[in-house]
Amino acid sequence: MTTGVLNPSHYPARRAATVVQHYLNTRYGSPYRWIFLSKVHSGSAEDMAEMRKYQLELTMQEMISNVSGQCSAELLFPGGEGQSAPQVQASCEGLLQSNPTAQEEAFYQQHRASNNMVSGSNIPDSYGHMEPSMKPFWHLGGVASSCIMLRESNESTLYNMAQVANFTQLETEKDQLRFNYHVLLHEMISQEIIHWKLLVTWSPEQGVKVLQTELQPKCHDCEAPPNTTN
Amino acid sequence: MKGLLVLTVLFVAIFGKETFEGDQVLRITAKDEVQLTLLKDLSEMEHLQLDVWMEPIDLSTPVDIRVPFTSLQTVKAFLETEDIPYSIMIMDLQVMLDEEQDQMLSARAAAPRTTDDYDYSNYHAIADIYSFQDMLVAENPNLVSKIVIGQSYQGRPLNVLKFSTGGTNRPGIWLDTGIHSREWVTQASGTWFAKKIVTDYGRDAALTAILDKMDIFLEIVTNPDGYYYTHNSNRMWRKTRKPNPGSSCVGTDPNRNWDAGFGEPGSSDSPCSETYRGPEAHSESEVKSIVDFVKSHGNLKAFVSIHSYSQMILYPYGYTSTPCKDQSELHDLAMKAITDLASLYGTSYRYGSIINTIYQASGTTVDWTYNQGIKYSYTFELRDTGRYGFILPANQILPTAKETWLALMAIMEHTKDNTN
Repeated sequence: MTTGVLNPSHYPARRAATVVQHYLNTRYGSPYRWIFLSKVHSGSAEDMAEMRKYQLELTMQEMISNVSGQCSAELLFPGGEGQSAPQVQASCEGLLQSNPTAQEEAFYQQHRASNNMVSGSNIPDSYGHMEPSMKPFWHLGGVASSCIMLRESNESTLYNMAQVANFTQLETEKDQLRFNYHVLLHEMISQEIIHWKLLVTWSPEQGVKVLQTELQPKCHDCEAPPNTTN
Repeated sequence: MKGLLVLTVLFVAIFGKETFEGDQVLRITAKDEVQLTLLKDLSEMEHLQLDVWMEPIDLSTPVDIRVPFTSLQTVKAFLETEDIPYSIMIMDLQVMLDEEQDQMLSARAAAPRTTDDYDYSNYHAIADIYSFQDMLVAENPNLVSKIVIGQSYQGRPLNVLKFSTGGTNRPGIWLDTGIHSREWVTQASGTWFAKKIVTDYGRDAALTAILDKMDIFLEIVTNPDGYYYTHNSNRMWRKTRKPNPGSSCVGTDPNRNWDAGFGEPGSSDSPCSETYRGPEAHSESEVKSIVDFVKSHGNLKAFVSIHSYSQMILYPYGYTSTPCKDQSELHDLAMKAITDLASLYGTSYRYGSIINTIYQASGTTVDWTYNQGIKYSYTFELRDTGRYGFILPANQILPTAKETWLALMAIMEHTKDNTN
């Protein structure tokens, strides 16, 4: 394990930075806010008792507004036998506003009434295309995936959401929009595609919550129907 | 008689073509037997003119019904009153049909007859790419030829385009794309590179100088079985399609199958793994064919194997942290390449050895080619950095290909300047 000053180009800093990305999405993401790592400026790692501690200086970018911001983050990867999630603290300048945006409010109002349940599949499709109305659901899938990706991350993983296989809106409950999501995650080191089913809620006030997660068995030869262009 | 004929024609004209404007397809999930019965009754109400796409059978199967526009309010009110959950699968059926129609027409019309007609800004099925290769050769017989270096496991040809202005066994540059089949932007870029070469020869001084001294070899669909599979079964397939005896899992990772650190940490010994190294080095015909080609050519000076995604330029080694002996030169050249790449659209790449920059990986292509003496051995990882990942939108193909070409030119020029 690399210790001391980290080379920002090399993978240890990069993997840790991606964990910070997952953390930020878990905390601040929404159908109109999806954050990605832009650049690692500097970092360091140290061994502490049973843990590994990272400090990073990063630039993150919010994908819908294209606004970038500088972030400082500290992560703790737990050592030992347990499978517990990394702990992250991060503060970012100029990137995260706390109030819900007009878009988020409009989206929420549009979908909270129960007579118009939305669903979708293969977002994006094989050609990288999606209907404009599906975009916020793609972002939401990405943010919900971040909850799992954060939980599953360690120093030997690098996760991204590969695709939303499908999602279905369920009845709004307690003012939260609710969805079943089936997402495909790509883990870079093993190169595996990992399927998860998620029960997701969202409201502008409460943010994204993942209530249930279910790992799907790996299908060795997924005979999925061919994806067609929309 | 004539009047009757006219009337018949009119009748057919008005009632023959059906329109589905405003019609929606609802997916209804009955919560219990009572609701299921209600749905069956609903579907039998003639005046609603419901068109059941998926019958009410049991509670675990949803019911799909096309509801004509005129019946929508009634049906939805009914479902809501009875508290039967439903979702809208298709918002407006006619819109969807119109789009499909447009697409089919444009697909039919666009079977290209020349490489000038070919749509470089889209992803293509394998048959289209094979046709493209043959058209390119036919249009440029003095510059391009096709060499079949072998066959895939399922018997598809492994085609390499050779760009040459003459000479005998001139020093060569090798480019490959699509060794991992799900990395679609690479095969698409490879197709564009092929066209770029023939377009620029005689027009671009730098490329002309390269081809006057060296040959370029380009394998666009390096894993054709995998590529076909990504179109027809599983978009996320990476490996070859050769079955593994004693396992239900298919395929070997062609970028862990090379005889360089084969079997060492950085690849898997499990056939079910995406990084399965295979039963032995060069077990995959897709790999062995290149090995045989490289050895029999004997005069390759650069070898670039193109992947996606992550935006990186990588040099050996992946299987060991011992720096390769040309590390310094390869590092500097990589820096030049990513700088040239970024000059076009500002796309930012990282660079370094495989093992430092991405992960330990054993049995990789460029570790083997480097150990064969091909000094300028690089692996590229193209766009993006994870937002779309493997499913990069087609509208990014051209920008990706164009910026990547600048990086390739940097490497090819340096190779030419350092080759006798």
